[in-house]
Amino acid sequence: MTSGYAIVAVLVVALGTILVGTYGLRVSRTTSDFYVASRTVSPWWNASAIGGEYLSAASFVGIAGLIFAYGPDMLWFPVGYTAGYLVLLTMVAAPLRRSGAYTLPDFAEARFRSRVVRAVASILALAIGWLYLLPQLEGAGLTLNTVTGAPDWVGALIVTLVVTVNVMSGGMRSITFVQAFQYWLKLTAITVPIVFLIVVWQVHGAESMTKPEFPAFRQDTKVTFGHQTTIHAEQSIFVKGSGEIDGLRIEDAGLVLTNGYHRIGQGSEFTFPQGGAVPHVSTMDHNTNATWALPESSGQKFPLYGVYSLIIATFLGTMGLPHVIVRFYTNPNGTAARRTTLIVLGLLSVFYLMPPLYGALGRLYTPELLMTGQTDAVVLVLPTRMIDGIGGQLLGALVAGGAFAAFLSTSSGLVVSLAGVLSQDVLRLGGVRGFRISTVLAGVVPLAMTFVSTGMPVADMVGLAFAVAASSLCPLLMLGIWSTRITTVGAIAGMLAGGVPALTAGLVTMFSDADDSWYEVLLSRPAAWTVPLGFAVMYVVSLLTPRHVPPGVQRAMVKLHAPENLGLDGSGPSSADERS
Amino acid sequence: MQDFLTAAAILIVGGAAVLVLWRGTRNRQSLSTEAQRVTYETLHTAWSAAPPLRAGLVPDAAKKSARHLRTLLDTPALALTDETEVVAWEGVSEHHAAEAMTQAEDVFLTGRTQAFDIGCTEPNCPINCAVVAPLTVEGRVVGTLAAYSREASAGLVRATNQVARWAAGQLELAELDRSRTRLVEAEVRALRAQISPHFIYNSLSAIASYVRTNPERARTLLLDFADFTRYSFRRHGDFTTLAEELRSIDQYLALERARFGERLKVTLQVAPEVLPVTVPFLCLQPLVENAVRHGMEGKVEPGHIQIYANDGGAEAQITIEDDGIGMDPEKLRRTLAGQVDESAGIGLGNIDERLRRVYGDEYGLVVETACGLGTKITVRVPKYHAGINGM
Repeated sequence: MTSGYAIVAVLVVALGTILVGTYGLRVSRTTSDFYVASRTVSPWWNASAIGGEYLSAASFVGIAGLIFAYGPDMLWFPVGYTAGYLVLLTMVAAPLRRSGAYTLPDFAEARFRSRVVRAVASILALAIGWLYLLPQLEGAGLTLNTVTGAPDWVGALIVTLVVTVNVMSGGMRSITFVQAFQYWLKLTAITVPIVFLIVVWQVHGAESMTKPEFPAFRQDTKVTFGHQTTIHAEQSIFVKGSGEIDGLRIEDAGLVLTNGYHRIGQGSEFTFPQGGAVPHVSTMDHNTNATWALPESSGQKFPLYGVYSLIIATFLGTMGLPHVIVRFYTNPNGTAARRTTLIVLGLLSVFYLMPPLYGALGRLYTPELLMTGQTDAVVLVLPTRMIDGIGGQLLGALVAGGAFAAFLSTSSGLVVSLAGVLSQDVLRLGGVRGFRISTVLAGVVPLAMTFVSTGMPVADMVGLAFAVAASSLCPLLMLGIWSTRITTVGAIAGMLAGGVPALTAGLVTMFSDADDSWYEVLLSRPAAWTVPLGFAVMYVVSLLTPRHVPPGVQRAMVKLHAPENLGLDGSGPSSADERS
Repeated sequence: MQDFLTAAAILIVGGAAVLVLWRGTRNRQSLSTEAQRVTYETLHTAWSAAPPLRAGLVPDAAKKSARHLRTLLDTPALALTDETEVVAWEGVSEHHAAEAMTQAEDVFLTGRTQAFDIGCTEPNCPINCAVVAPLTVEGRVVGTLAAYSREASAGLVRATNQVARWAAGQLELAELDRSRTRLVEAEVRALRAQISPHFIYNSLSAIASYVRTNPERARTLLLDFADFTRYSFRRHGDFTTLAEELRSIDQYLALERARFGERLKVTLQVAPEVLPVTVPFLCLQPLVENAVRHGMEGKVEPGHIQIYANDGGAEAQITIEDDGIGMDPEKLRRTLAGQVDESAGIGLGNIDERLRRVYGDEYGLVVETACGLGTKITVRVPKYHAGINGM
């Protein structure tokens, strides 16, 4: 599906990002209209910026792909990504802002007064950030592959280059207004096409999505297999084309695929007939549209465990993401931090209405993705498939541009945060030079990782990053804010006890082929056991080592929980209150 | 799975190598002779006792140092007192702490080390006598160090005396630290009181000139003047937010523009992300005042002042630039080195000193200037610093 418009859209987004980064949004003012009080970032702007940075590849292409492939269980992804902010709002947002910490390691040091706690938190933040960057790059590779046919690594390389160069030159560095603009761009890019697509679906007769049959090709469909793929034909199906099937080389001829498994060679190109049931890729459960629409149809072992694990990971993981916390610093006080979070909830909810619609329409209009396994591409392919001519091309370009904006903004936020952690806590290199070296390192590591990972769905990978965050940094934040008994030893033990197993499980699932062992789901969805482990170890070890309660814990609690304008935090009332 | 195992193996081997190297560099040379070992142990214990002593004779710190001092003297118990009470008791038989002050009083009177026979009725108490030595700081006894033991040997008296002298030395250093802090605080107070009489006179006459022609503007200016002085004279807190500091600068500039009119041109460009950053109180306003003075001095044509506050990742970067007469770099160097030179004002040197004290040497002022070529001053402030934002 090569489309000139889509390439232009991707280029415009990439170049626009560089230009805005280089020249910035420079608004010079003279003192006559300069008013300090009105210039703090309003919660609306800040919330849009958080939305812009937060809506990543997983949100833009990943969720639709998972719902398309695995059905309604996957609705917990968008629900969890949003609800994570609810937990953040009620438990963490305001105290975190009051702590004055700029990053998670800062919070760890401020609360526990220990360099060691800080170091452990830094390493975990780094691991989570890299784990989260990886799916962004894979998503970019997939998008570019879908719209231009370029190899997967090209997209990843382009995103890494744009982001690294941009961050190094000082651009995109937490420019609130740029990120805020990105949110509205993404919302437009995903909403406008879906409106047209739903109209088209209605015009086509509003076909039911839950018929008791397998998804079928709507027309003769030519499919190119980029990798060697094992597929499972649901019914005998007659295919034409060139390539290799089950080791048999055929050139421009027809062949009947019998019901069962078939191995298709790399580079094969076959045309599937209209009305034929779509074969599924072997790693996916083969569902009819009716069973797809039911819960627990994903074909995983222990689907209920998987769902609960996902809920825990996404609800509690958001607060542990390194680029989310930095944004709260821009709020002038705890109240504004809370208001910002509330608006974020609204903005995310609106956005997340859209991806499930793409996933569902995909069952009708782009079922061949179930066979190639590139389910993440459903958002990108759908507009051109459903609407013929230039209209579909333009909508497709809009979606592709929006997806690229998603990769760029999230990756930028992450790289800035990671470079900060690297230069401050790991390399110990200060100044511009240290920051630049760290930026390159922050970008290159996940780029290298894309070459060895096995290409699992991007939203699943993001889910793993959330699981690690929820098992390690979430206990640190929650217990650190809400308990006076946590000791330095307990904090370190808890972070390691939760984080290390979750990280190991994540790496095993990512870099080794998923097998059918009974423990597979424990590794691919670790949160349900690692999160309680992290919390329990942190609390119990703290109770066992009461001598290591950090000094001044009561004062720290006052600072975290007392509203700023009471002046209890030791810094005295700010002069704005002094005046009243 | 194979890939993963390989990766894990590489990680483990790499980690082990780092650990070995790290241990290697830290490995202490084994101490060869007895004298070296004793010297090492004594000095190491003394060195451990020093940092808490530098905080002065306060209960928490004194408790920590008393533990090490008792190791030095090898007695069952040891006490530290200040002029009024026992601040730390380390070791056994804490019931003797109540009578420690009566013995200390004698030592305060004489200023000499004395041994007391205190006797004890309790059967298991290993304490029979006390050796109390004065802690003399700048010729004045500020406290005592009491070593409790079964018998007061001459050796114990001599050793106690030496340890007390060493501890007194550390207390003297603590005193020095405190006076240095007081000096900087005094300078900040001076800075606060430094609103120059000229500025007050000029502002008030500029406001007066508007009272008839433009009463509304005169009222705004008066409010600016009130707010500005209130901020500058405020008594509490060494830190403020960048937003507050910029607000004060805004008011200051409004007053200066009332005076200079069109001749003073100001460009302000502030990234909203850095507004909540905590900065030392009055660390920017004097720099702006300097810029206005240097930018407008001896000139008829307009002077242009630019103030930028940019977001630099983990730090905020503020630059203040004027196109005025500039400064002599040599003179400036002397000012920053601490030789007060009235022409550059107390401002630059004091701000530089405070920034360095709070954030470390790499965060000092950066001044680019030459005679006749204007001045550009850059201040960098980390967004988070354990000493300030810490809880």
